[in-house]
Amino acid sequence: MRKNIILCGVGGQGTVLASRLISAAAMAKGIPVLSAETIGMAQRGGSVFSHIRLGEGIYSPMIARGEADLIIGFEPGEAVRLLPFLKPGGSMIVSDRAVMPVTASLTGTDYRASDMLDFLSARVPDLRIVPAEQAMQSVGSTKVLNLILLGAALSAGALGLAEADLKEAIRARIPEKFHELNFKALAWAKQYQRK
Amino acid sequence: MHAEFLMGNEAIALGALAAGVNLVCGYPGTPSTEVLETVAKRRGESVYVEWSVNEKTAMEIAGGAAYAGARALVTMKQMGLNVASDPLMCLEYIGVKGGLVVLVADDPGPISSQTEQDTRRFASFSKVPVFDPSSAQEAYDMIREAFRFSEEYRTPVFLRPTTRVSHGYAAVQVLDPEEYETHTYDGFEKDSSRWVIFPRLSFANHRKIEERNAHLSDVLSDNPGNRIEPAEGAFAESRKGIASGGFSYTCVMEARETLGKVRTLKVSTPFPFPEKKAVEFLSGLDEVLCVEELDPVIERELIYLCGKYGLPVRILGKQTGHIALSGENTRDSVNAAVAAFLSVPLPETSAGDLPPLPVRPPVLCAGCPHRASFYAVKQAMKGRKTIFCGDIGCYTLGNAMPLDMVDTCLCMGAGLGIAQGINHLEKDRSCFAFVGDSTFFASALPGVVNAVYNQAEFTLVVLDNSTTAMTGHQPHPGTGRTMMGNVVDKISIENILRGIGVTEVVTVNPLNLAEAVEAVRKTADLPGVKAIIFRSPCIALTKPHSRVTIDPEKCVGCKKCIREIGCPALSFAGGKAVADPAQCTGCGLCAQLCPAGAIEGGEQHA
Repeated sequence: MRKNIILCGVGGQGTVLASRLISAAAMAKGIPVLSAETIGMAQRGGSVFSHIRLGEGIYSPMIARGEADLIIGFEPGEAVRLLPFLKPGGSMIVSDRAVMPVTASLTGTDYRASDMLDFLSARVPDLRIVPAEQAMQSVGSTKVLNLILLGAALSAGALGLAEADLKEAIRARIPEKFHELNFKALAWAKQYQRK
Repeated sequence: MHAEFLMGNEAIALGALAAGVNLVCGYPGTPSTEVLETVAKRRGESVYVEWSVNEKTAMEIAGGAAYAGARALVTMKQMGLNVASDPLMCLEYIGVKGGLVVLVADDPGPISSQTEQDTRRFASFSKVPVFDPSSAQEAYDMIREAFRFSEEYRTPVFLRPTTRVSHGYAAVQVLDPEEYETHTYDGFEKDSSRWVIFPRLSFANHRKIEERNAHLSDVLSDNPGNRIEPAEGAFAESRKGIASGGFSYTCVMEARETLGKVRTLKVSTPFPFPEKKAVEFLSGLDEVLCVEELDPVIERELIYLCGKYGLPVRILGKQTGHIALSGENTRDSVNAAVAAFLSVPLPETSAGDLPPLPVRPPVLCAGCPHRASFYAVKQAMKGRKTIFCGDIGCYTLGNAMPLDMVDTCLCMGAGLGIAQGINHLEKDRSCFAFVGDSTFFASALPGVVNAVYNQAEFTLVVLDNSTTAMTGHQPHPGTGRTMMGNVVDKISIENILRGIGVTEVVTVNPLNLAEAVEAVRKTADLPGVKAIIFRSPCIALTKPHSRVTIDPEKCVGCKKCIREIGCPALSFAGGKAVADPAQCTGCGLCAQLCPAGAIEGGEQHA
């Protein structure tokens, strides 16, 4: 298996933990992993990304344009920003909830999530849009968007990993009192699709 | 031996522990910080670890440990090396007994730094050998080699990762703790002819250092880290070659796979440069592309060797416009440069026909007390002729609109000096210097002493959030916690200032807006040096209070809350202000300035 995955969003949305879980799950299965992510000043509300590369014979932790098999967008505008990295025929999971930069409220340069989602729909055949508000309400926490999106990638079969692999990674890396909530968030997409 | 999924910096820390390091010290700075934090988490009981007050002190402590024959690691970012350069330059002349590795993380981009300086250059300037890893695994292996090297040649040795190596993750093969070396040391031995730096000693040692480094160039030519990947396939007979090192080398190797395999030189020790290996690489080539970040170090070395040995090879790189002069190399930029160099087509990627996208400059967190501090000073000094000298930390972000409260920012502690320089020439301007608590201890004290002694007039504002926030919440002398896990007496900023002779020292909670504004008004016009300490803990370390709610019935839609403080939790929808419950921490600053009294809840400060 060789897979290039990009997670992108806005600082504070939990991309780093999600990236760590994918990597840990892959490594537990003996798959070589390289990854890289935004750390430092940009984490304070800036655009952030994680690149994850799974498989043999990889030198660089960074993904080039047109090389990503999967992009998980935590924010529609950020997903559009990184669209050039998606391989032709690649998959995309995207949250439908825009995070407005402070500058947008100040200068009145708001953008609409729906414009971004329309843009993606027109270009990405394998696109899954996750209704973030509804999902977070149903799971009962505003802090688990990352696990909800990972769950959506799982149920789309785009991660190359199984739910059990990620659950194992959650058990190893997250305090026990949060396990149930995280499992619930991870399972949300599966339930949602069944309805 | 086992595999662990590690950040490059974690791998470096484990490598140092595997080498039997006895003492680790440093000062936090992106992208170096996690090295020392990991040592603190994973160390055996006999390993001493500390966050030192600044890089200069850390370098001296590590030097002392190495004088005693111990293995020492000192960590910093590239800006920190400037602070530590005085002891380091001298240490190279004195030499060490135990291994001393100086970990300096460079920041191409720059992503979180003021400069794009290149520690490989600093290595040749200071004559200190440098190892330049390109991956987490290499960094793990190299730091162990660096300790051996340091002891064998009695010199400090640099390990110089860059951001993508320090912060990249990989499954790294590491030793089990039972396999770690144990390094025993026999302690400091008095010998003033060795340890006291005098001109005569420096003269003698200078010659020895130059001779040693010439010898090391030969030794390093045989080091497997400096190696030639042969040309293969369609390019087997090509007379072109690529030279690279560090993170850029990983991009070059990826480009080799997809674009063509020409002869490739990997440089793992940019100083002393592996001359023989490089000449072997150059022989028979017509053209070489040098792919590196920051300074054209490999490029200049190769040009020098072509001149020295009369080799007819054209060297391309930054100086010829083939590689960007500044910023990071990326997979795409390297692919483009290599494709152009080899005259092969680049695979098509989707064009950048993207719609306009939101700009997301980093901002102070929702609930950050710095926002309240800046706002209070801004309110108090409205209409006055002022200068607000900023400094290095999260609070540099106070420059963003709408706060716009940072007029200058240079380097650690510089705001105090700049405020004084302006004050001596512009007496009608009210000068402020803002400094964070960690920066205060690291580099503001001489500035305060200088101001009091030389009768400068300015207001020192200490933004005390009781942590080193920007780099991820490290303790410092004001926090009362050490990296050895001890709880010690906190060093009081108020007492320091009073001890120096600052008579007006006011401490106030910035989240109480009225009180904070009043404190600034009262203090700013007093003569001489005066200090306001805004004390409120970093919001990332405290539990949120009850969040604010904005009553849409009462909100008049004036946007004052949005226009004045720029809190990321506040936005405007349907003609009313809205607070995002996922971001709001209930600091209550917005509630205190709402003219309609529409914002309720949050922390009560009255």
